[in-house]
Amino acid sequence: MRYSGLRVIKEALTGHKGWKPHWRDPEPKKHYDIVIIGGGGHGLATAYYLAKKYGEKNIAVIEKGWIGGGNVGRNTTIIRSNYLLEGNGPFYELSLKLWEGLEQDFNYNAMVSQRGILNLVHSDAQRDAARRRGNAMILNGSDAELLDQDGVRALYPFLNFDNQRFPIKGGLLHRRGGTVRHDAVAWGYARGADSRGVDIIQNCEVTGFKIEDGKCLGIETSRGFIGATKVGCAVAGSSGRLMAKANMRLPIESHVLQAFVSEGLKPVMPGVITYGAGHFYCSQSDKGGLVFGGDLDGYNSYAQRGSLPVVEDVIESGISLIPALGRVRMLRGWGGVMDMSMDGSPFIDKTHIEGLYFNGGWCYGGFKATPASGLCFAHLLSTDTPHEVAKAYRLDRFMSGHMIDEKGQGAQPNLH
Amino acid sequence: MRLTCPLCGERDRREFYYKGDAIALNRPAPDAGTDAWDDYLYLRDNPAGVTKDLWQHELGCSAWIVVERNTVTHEVLSTALASDVKKATK
Repeated sequence: MRYSGLRVIKEALTGHKGWKPHWRDPEPKKHYDIVIIGGGGHGLATAYYLAKKYGEKNIAVIEKGWIGGGNVGRNTTIIRSNYLLEGNGPFYELSLKLWEGLEQDFNYNAMVSQRGILNLVHSDAQRDAARRRGNAMILNGSDAELLDQDGVRALYPFLNFDNQRFPIKGGLLHRRGGTVRHDAVAWGYARGADSRGVDIIQNCEVTGFKIEDGKCLGIETSRGFIGATKVGCAVAGSSGRLMAKANMRLPIESHVLQAFVSEGLKPVMPGVITYGAGHFYCSQSDKGGLVFGGDLDGYNSYAQRGSLPVVEDVIESGISLIPALGRVRMLRGWGGVMDMSMDGSPFIDKTHIEGLYFNGGWCYGGFKATPASGLCFAHLLSTDTPHEVAKAYRLDRFMSGHMIDEKGQGAQPNLH
Repeated sequence: MRLTCPLCGERDRREFYYKGDAIALNRPAPDAGTDAWDDYLYLRDNPAGVTKDLWQHELGCSAWIVVERNTVTHEVLSTALASDVKKATK
């Protein structure tokens, strides 16, 4: 069924009886050509592009719980292409281009809204860094604009411009960045994959890999053995846990990141802003809630909940940037498990085990990468060669000295 | 979360700085080879369950502490001075 405005009118006139489930609930087959572990944004996008772009036929997505129940449903929905380094820039630019055409491509309303992202600067040094980043972005085909204080004031007059310690001096504006309805991304990719014959198998936990003579032959699951010629893993925060079943240690630690939503307000925040003096970023959802977040909790954790010191820290940063926030009530907060890599950049690569492929290490930037991650992982799984823009995301880059450390923090995942 | 510093007693988590996995105590010999150093610097067990990490009592006595902790429940199982742990493994 194709969705369209006409369809909505027709259904409205006929009692909405024509809407069908978005995807089937099939029993797992004995064998698939390609099995994707992880029914999140990245896994579903991978299956979608495998079926649509690479013409693969016999594909399954295996999900432990329900699809879209992990980080694709627990993030702050921001999309952007404002990376500095060569290994990252073209990849995230491809991702943003895919976001721009996504809704037409998979015929689903993901509410992609390019409302702009503004990174604030508070000192001369930060302005220099912003200018450098902006130039790198433009070289990679993205867009960037350096605003002075008046430029920022015109967009966000309510910010604390005259803070004694951290006055706002300007900002780097990335107009094509924005937000997306995150759940709809998972649902849209799932529907698109399912309609092309991909089996989406929910409530099916992977308990082990069948590996013989260095070759992966399939997976053991809570619903029996499923044979596979190729197995792709895209499980984000659970990467360490899953790959340990294949006796692999990864350059990844799992950390908790929190995010928060305020009560619904009238439109106040036209785009996304990030604070340059503390770790705080904020946007307003279409329902009216302010969506904001800050730093990781800071220590390894698999608990999908956060701790209070970080709540305090985020709110303090927020109020120092937007004093009016002090009058707003916080509605809810949540924590998601991030697969923090050792250099803050992701992996899309083969493993040393034949037929086993890995996609992970997205840190807290996985959501914006969803389309390109799916496309590049599909490319790797189908052709056995890395996609042009994902060549740098190798698992052995630490061994060979080709780290992609955007923040220059070194091998300290809780600081990226 | 509260941590028990072996010298100062039970304190709020905010007094402590988190370094990471206690693998830092097992630094390989300088000539141990690239595999051993890659392992030490970059690869992690990252367990969902009991783990050992290094914390420093930054706003207290500055001692380095090995904390045995559950990453799923955030339960703290034991704490010990890193210097004692290091001596015991020698």
